[in-house]
Order: sequence, then C-alpha cells, then structure tokens
Amino acid sequence: MERVIVIGGGVAGMKAALDLRRRGFEVTLLEKSRHLGGKVRKWHCLFPTFTSAAEVLGGLKAEVADSDIEVRLEAEVVSFDNRSVTLASGEKLACGAVVLATGFTLFDARVKEEYGYGIYDNVITSADLEEMFRNGRVALRNGERPRRVAFLHCVGSRDEKVCQRHCSKVCCVTGVKQAIEVKKLFPEADVFNFYMDIRMFGPGYEEMYREAQLSHNIHFVRGRISEASPTIDGRLQIKAEDTLTGRPLKMSVDMLVLLVGMRSNDDNVHLAEQAGVPLAPNGFFAPKDMFAGNVCSPRKGVFYAGAITAPKSIGEVLNEGSAVADAVTEYLS
Amino acid sequence: MAAINWGFAISRPRVIDVDHNNLRKSDEILLEMPELQSCIGCGACTASCTAGNLTQFNFRKVHTLVRRGEYQGAYEEMNKCMLCGKCRLLCPRGINTRGVVMLIKRKLGDF
Amino acid sequence: MRAKSWSDYQKDIADDRYYYARSCIRQNFFPGSEKAFLEILQRDLGKDIFDDPAHSSCTGIGYHSDVVPLETIMTVVARQFALMSEAGYENFVTSCITSFGIYTEILSTWEEFPETEERTRENLFKATGREFAKPKSLAHTSDVIFHFREEIAARAKRRLVDSMTGEPLKVVEHIGCHYAKIFPKSGIGGSEFPYVLAGMIESWGGECVDYPERRHCCGFGFRNYLVQANRGYSVANSQKKLESMAPYHPDFIVANCPGCSMFLDKWQYTIAEMNGRTYGANGYGIPVLTYEEMAGLVLGYDPWELGMQMHQVNVEPLLDRLGVEYDPSTKYLGRNGKFIGKPASAVVNCPSQEFIYDIKL
Repeated sequence: MERVIVIGGGVAGMKAALDLRRRGFEVTLLEKSRHLGGKVRKWHCLFPTFTSAAEVLGGLKAEVADSDIEVRLEAEVVSFDNRSVTLASGEKLACGAVVLATGFTLFDARVKEEYGYGIYDNVITSADLEEMFRNGRVALRNGERPRRVAFLHCVGSRDEKVCQRHCSKVCCVTGVKQAIEVKKLFPEADVFNFYMDIRMFGPGYEEMYREAQLSHNIHFVRGRISEASPTIDGRLQIKAEDTLTGRPLKMSVDMLVLLVGMRSNDDNVHLAEQAGVPLAPNGFFAPKDMFAGNVCSPRKGVFYAGAITAPKSIGEVLNEGSAVADAVTEYLS
Repeated sequence: MAAINWGFAISRPRVIDVDHNNLRKSDEILLEMPELQSCIGCGACTASCTAGNLTQFNFRKVHTLVRRGEYQGAYEEMNKCMLCGKCRLLCPRGINTRGVVMLIKRKLGDF
Repeated sequence: MRAKSWSDYQKDIADDRYYYARSCIRQNFFPGSEKAFLEILQRDLGKDIFDDPAHSSCTGIGYHSDVVPLETIMTVVARQFALMSEAGYENFVTSCITSFGIYTEILSTWEEFPETEERTRENLFKATGREFAKPKSLAHTSDVIFHFREEIAARAKRRLVDSMTGEPLKVVEHIGCHYAKIFPKSGIGGSEFPYVLAGMIESWGGECVDYPERRHCCGFGFRNYLVQANRGYSVANSQKKLESMAPYHPDFIVANCPGCSMFLDKWQYTIAEMNGRTYGANGYGIPVLTYEEMAGLVLGYDPWELGMQMHQVNVEPLLDRLGVEYDPSTKYLGRNGKFIGKPASAVVNCPSQEFIYDIKL
C-alpha cells in the first residue's frame, strides 16, 4: 500500500491518520510542535455537553499510540506536492497523497486595541479562560472572585477592521458555554454576553443558549462593546449600545472575556502557492467544491481535513477526518 | 450675580448606566418570571401589538429597559397595552408576555 | 504592552527645517503657545522653522461645518504646500489638530484618488498661478515636541513634580480626535493608546492618569458648537470627561488640540455657572495646558510670557505646586507693560483665590 502523509497533529490530523491506517495505508503524521493534540490540548471542556477535552483527545492519542502510524513531532513542513513532503530539516518524504490538516490560528486580541488586551489585567480571551478552567482556578489578577463578568462575542470575526470578514462560528456557543461555567463557579456574579448575533448552528446549542438565559439568568445584550477602560477601583468600564433599546449602555465589570475568532494560518499563503492550490478570500484553503468535494483540493493527491478550510467544531472536524480517509482511498485505488 | 441666559442647557446623558441603576426591581421581576430573560429580541410581539400600531408603545423595548434597571415611565408605557394577547400567541420563546405586562405594572407601580 | 502598542505606531518626524502653519483659534485662546513653540525650537533647540505670514487658514472649520466644499479646501491646502515649496521647505508642521487631520485626509485622498490631486493642481494653477510639491513629512507640532522630549528634558529647569514633596504630578492627557481617530497610523501610539502627550509627561517626570473616559471626545465638534442651541451636548461631553477624571484628582489637563484645550478649560466656567459643579482641588478648577505651555514651564519660561493669564481656570495653584516663580502683579500686563484688561471673577475661580492671587493694580 502507498504511504499517505498527514500534515498537522490536531484532532483532524489524528482522526484522518487513524482512519487511513485502518484502511491499510502506511501513514506518517507530521506535527510541528512537541505534542499531538493541537488547539484542543489547551481546552478544558467542549460544548454543548461539557465533555472534557482531555477525554476526547486522550481517546484519539491512545489510538494513535496503539497503532503503527509513524508520528513525527517537531517536524515542520516547508513544502509539499502530491508525491512528497519536504521538512525544514531538508528531509524529503515520498508519498502517494497528502492530507493537509494544519488547522487555524487564534486571533490575536491585542489587535483590537480598544479592548486593552495585554494592557488591562482582567481583560482575557476565551482561550485564557479555558486555561483557567483547566488549572481549576478562575480569579481576577488580584486573586479575588469576580462580581460581574462580561463576554464579548465576535472579537476578530465579522470585522472588516481587522480583515476578518468571516464568522468563526464556534465562538457564540463557546461564549454561552463559558458564561454558564462562570455562573456555576460564581452564582452571585452577574454575567453579561454582548453579541451582534447569536449563531447557534448545532444540535443542542440553541437549547444551551436558552438554558443559559432561563436557568442561569445570564444577560444577553445585543451590541458590540466599543471600548474598555480602567476605573479608579481597578475594574473595567465597558461601553456598548443596547441595540434593542436604541440607547448606549455602560457598566463596570471585573472581568472582560474576549471570544477570539479563528483566522487562517500565516503560512497558508506560502503553502498554497508552492502546492499550486487556491485560498479562499479569508485565507483558509478553498476546497474543490463546497458539497461533494469539501475535503479535496483542486489538485489531485492533495486533501484537506478540519479547520484548514474554515472554522469548524470538534465534531465536524472529526467527521472530516473520516471523510478525507474515504476520499484518499478512492483516489489511491 | 445676574442669571445668565445661555440659550442652551447641559444635555442629560442618554446612556444606560448599569452601575448607577438599582437592579433590585429588575432582579425581582426576573426571579418571578425567569422566562422573560429568554427573550431573543425577535420583535414578533411588537410587530403584532395592537397598541404599538397606534401609539409609541414598544413592548420589547420597555421590558428590555426594565431588565437594565431603567424603570422611568415603564408603568405608564405598560398601561398602553390592551392585553389582547396576540403577542403571546407569537412569542417563539413561549414567554407569557401578558404576564410580563402585569408583573411590570405590579412591580413598578411607584415609578 | 502599552509601550509595545505605541511603538507599533511610529512615524517619521523630521529633525530640522520645518514649515510652520498656525492655527486659527489658538492665537486667540492660547496666544503664547505658538510663540513658545517657535522659541523652543529656534532658541532652545536651534532648529530652522519658518513662520510664514503668507499662509492662510486651512478652512477646516468651514469644511467641517459644511460651508467649504472639498474641492475648495483641497486647493487651499495645495496653496499652503506651494508656499512651503517656494520657501524651500519640505517638512510641514501644523499647530492645529483639525488642520493636521485635514492635511492627512487630503494627502491620503490624493493617494487613493489621483484624479483629485490632478484637479487640485489645475485649480490652484488657475486661481493663483502656483504649483506645489507634497511635503516630505507631515507632523503635528505636538509630534515635534514629542520628538525632542528628551532634549527638552535635558535642558529642563524643573520637572512635572510637586516642588514640596517631589511627588510626580498627576496629568490627564487629552488627544484631539482628528489627531489619530481618522488615521490611527498618523499618530504616535495610534488612536487607542496615543503616546504623543503621555511620552512628554513621562519624560518630564509627571504621571499620566488613565481614566474611564480618556478616549472620549471633548465635545467641541464644529456645527455642534457653532449653533448655540446645540452647545448643550457639546458641554455635556466635556462634563462627562471632567466627572470621569475628577476622582483621580488630576493636577492639570494637557491637550494637543486647540478646540479641546479651549473647551475643557472654558466649559469648566460654564458648568460652574450652570449647575454649580466645580472640579479640581478646592473647586478651583482643573487647569488646562497646551503641550507648549507644559514644555515652556519645564524649560523655565515665564508663565505670563506663555500666555497663561488667558486661561479660564487660574493656573496659579499649579504654578505654586510646580514651584514656578511668577510675578502676580504682571499677570495682566501685556507687551511693554500695557494693561490688557482683567476678567471678572468667576465661580470656578472662587473669591478666596482672588484674595490670594489677585493684586489690585
């Protein structure tokens, strides 16, 4: 059987590698960092079921470890085509097909300067909050319990100003999930979610949103926060419009959580150019077609899986891992 | 010193200052009727509102303001409701909108 | 991180040979500031700066008030550039934030829509027979002072500290909206954390106050102020800022915009008269300085030479804290000792103040 190289050892890459191996291919899984798992490694639990991310990841990693998939860590890819992959070390690996599963980059919240991320102590991102959940300690920088927490949706998504016109899709539900988790930790705290639209696209998501409102008394304000500034007592003043009342609104909060979006990787441009495959206007890889060929590139032997083509949820990414195995099998037989 | 005729007055801020507002009544209302919090602002209530088609009455706006602690005038506004119940038939979240009108009137009679 | 934020927004500021464009309103409200700027550059720093009597208003106020059309203002701006070229200069420095915004906007418009530049060249030539070259660098005067802040600090006679305790003074910096809110890249530090005034304050020993409404507009506007009936929300914006900064007990406000310095200063009187609310220690008001006045005090200039007697809020308490020596009896003496008139006492500059500082002539 021919060798298939999967680039990227996140959930998409691992799932693709496993399914390809199951179909009898020799599989090499390349990961540029020192660990498999990608972004999910840093996540605490997953919407909408609050399933532990470590559990999902642990299962996949154990399967990979039990298999004879060749895993290469700290293997950075500099170029590839449908027959070979060249690593930063200069080594060239031959193969019959390549699956690109390099995922996405988290939007750098510092770019939205008005929120003062990196400047004000208690302005954090959704990823920082997950890290706090993972460490089992959510607190303000001074160690105190927050009395009022605001979540801001669409930071680095649907925003012409930072060249991110697309919707990152998963942040809405992440915002609702995290709001519930915060409320569970601090039942006495007021939690406000500031949103432009609430896009609850998946099974159980809308129900979770409703639960957040009904059972957790989480306030949803339709309006984007325009700026955060410090108050004399060390809190943050935020301004938004309460668009449903048509009036500006301000309040001070102890913690502001920025729900950062998913943007395309910077090296997509280089990789796409050298492989001769197109990118979508948002910088993600453009699949051959959006329906029957969404894991295929227009170039024979080059395939995609996961958030490399668009922001996706973990469930969708795992499905694509299987779908790409199917597509590769068809191509190589 | 003689009073100065300025020809203008310092405008009052329109901002909803949540810190300044007393949310106690709002909390009481939400405690009694948590379903009000599940409003998604679709506007079906206001679209169909008998009173709202003839007056400035905007049910969605008034209850949202009340939830933010802006009680001024809410009682008078809610008095415009004819209690016909059409909104309740339409609400996609199943909120007892007529109940909301009555609750706000009961809680904010003083305002 | 804040340091990173401002270092991300750098701009080229020329080191010497400037063509100077004055502001329309500053000469009335802060008349010593522009003179101080020239003196600091020429006398203290030994720079070549040309103060051209031939240049005109940029017509920015008219433009923002919808009475001057875009084509006209472009031609006026082109004429200023032509005068600069004729005088043999390439670095344009403007004293007004509105003008700075206008020049930035027009240069950018010419960049994006070259046909508008062509049309402007035609218009200017038809109207005046002049031709212009675009400036090599465009800077606001506060950029230039910022550029030389360390040189000024090296020559400083005093620092922005309490002369008795040595504690740094608490300074509110206020940046004119058109400095960087139109083009964040045109301002040092960008629009959210502008560093142009903060940098001066830090270099000269003061401490900046970051307060909730720091980024809020002073409320000047143009039409909003020009029409009397609209002034209510102009003053309300200043009040919002003053209320927001009050708990921090700032020693003074420094602004880099003619409108902001004027309104943050004069509205304090209006607010005091209208609703009795006064700000600052003992309700004497919070002095509002221009950055040239601040630089001038640091360099040891006489406050009355800097034109500080023209402020609405008396500056004497601040001068005392800074340890500035001044002669109260010459406050209202202009050139050649001529009496320039004296304002009536006002609520904001309360009687005890007058008792202490005002020596009857």
